[in-house]
Amino acid sequence: MVKISNKNIEEILIEGIEQAETDLPKDVIRALEKAAAKEKGLAKIQLKTILKNIKIASKEGIPMCQDTGIMTFYIEVGTEFKYRSSLKKIIDNAVKKATKEIPVRPNTVNPFTGENSGDNTGIHIPHIIWDIVKGSECTIHILPKGGGSENMSALWMLTPGEGFAKAEKLIIKHIINAGGKPCPPTIVGIGIGGGADICMHLAKKALLRKIGEHHKEKQVAKMERRLIELINKTGVGPMGMGGKTTVLDVHIEYAHRHPASFPVGLVLQCWAHRKKTIKFTKNGSIKIL
Amino acid sequence: MKEIHLTTPLSIKDIKKLSVGDTIYLSGKLFTARDETHKKLLELKRKGKKIPFNPGEMVLFHCGPIARKEKNKWIIVSAGPTTSARMESLESKFLSSFGVKIIIGKGGMGKETLKALKKIGAVYTHFTGGAGALGAKAIKKVENVYFLKELGIPEAAWILEVSDFGPLIVTMDAKGNSFYEK
Repeated sequence: MVKISNKNIEEILIEGIEQAETDLPKDVIRALEKAAAKEKGLAKIQLKTILKNIKIASKEGIPMCQDTGIMTFYIEVGTEFKYRSSLKKIIDNAVKKATKEIPVRPNTVNPFTGENSGDNTGIHIPHIIWDIVKGSECTIHILPKGGGSENMSALWMLTPGEGFAKAEKLIIKHIINAGGKPCPPTIVGIGIGGGADICMHLAKKALLRKIGEHHKEKQVAKMERRLIELINKTGVGPMGMGGKTTVLDVHIEYAHRHPASFPVGLVLQCWAHRKKTIKFTKNGSIKIL
Repeated sequence: MKEIHLTTPLSIKDIKKLSVGDTIYLSGKLFTARDETHKKLLELKRKGKKIPFNPGEMVLFHCGPIARKEKNKWIIVSAGPTTSARMESLESKFLSSFGVKIIIGKGGMGKETLKALKKIGAVYTHFTGGAGALGAKAIKKVENVYFLKELGIPEAAWILEVSDFGPLIVTMDAKGNSFYEK
């Protein structure tokens, strides 16, 4: 058991980033293995290459993809968690050090000057999303995400009359058009309701769920299952090379909507679904989950 | 759908044998170029200035790697392909200016590039997106790097010696066939 201090929060975050970049979560590997067993021809070659790549990255401790992404941190922080006020600074420092030590690619560019900060920090980056909860615990989810899949995000402000039927059609059409660009098989995050920003936020946050874990409400889970089936029937396949596996999973989150709006956000995650969760417990220990 | 092992420099005969669907493993020299190195080399050519290496002797790799310096030597840590479509507006001019014979990228390219491939006798190959660790493993040596200070690590032109780099799937061949135009 490691006791919490400012210094080891930073160290554990660097370790968490390193594990995220070099070791894919077991649920994702299992889903890729299952897909490889099902596919033939070019699709099988792509999935076998992916699995070989994952093995090398994990064994040698190197980032599985050279695009190590931009990092988002989702934090559930307890009101009594002692280190809450210093967390932002600790995260910034951890990202800077991780960039040099692992190393990960410097990916933060000022849009106006074109200058790369060189350390993966900059204005609003790394992005931190705070959720304040009761108690003295803290959970940090790290989600580094590459540019290729992020570029395939979409937002549709539909009318309530168009609703789910139009949303499903647009999502499927969008994934067909995206082809190999988001590096399929992808994990699909969908946010419905709220407003433009809220549905996009929910779409990305939905990616934190495990593969195979459906929404706890039956009607939402049903839509997730239907979309998996419909999207996998498109034949886009691994890396857009054709095949049965275009998505590994679909996760939907929703918010109540304005009576006049039906916002739908779509975020695609590449097969390299890098994520890590760190938990600081109330008895003062740290766990990487 | 053949499996072929090729070594640079490549001949026009090597290229003409390739068809959409073939798998290649490549040995020899690659150079990395994303948007900025494409622009930079074209600008040098336009101004009649010296090109620091001969792109025509190597394979063009759409890649922005992770690199680290160890004891004064560069090591490529991770190097998979980047989205090739970003280079579409520059590629046909680039191909005809430098005579590159193989492109490695991901996601495929458009009509202009396909036309240029046919005209000069070159192919586009697809490397599995995200396979950065596998790519780095096939890199035996960093021979040189150009424009590093000006463009930074991902955009610089890295000259790499590779052995059995792949699997690369031919998705656009020199006969005008494209996997992406169906």
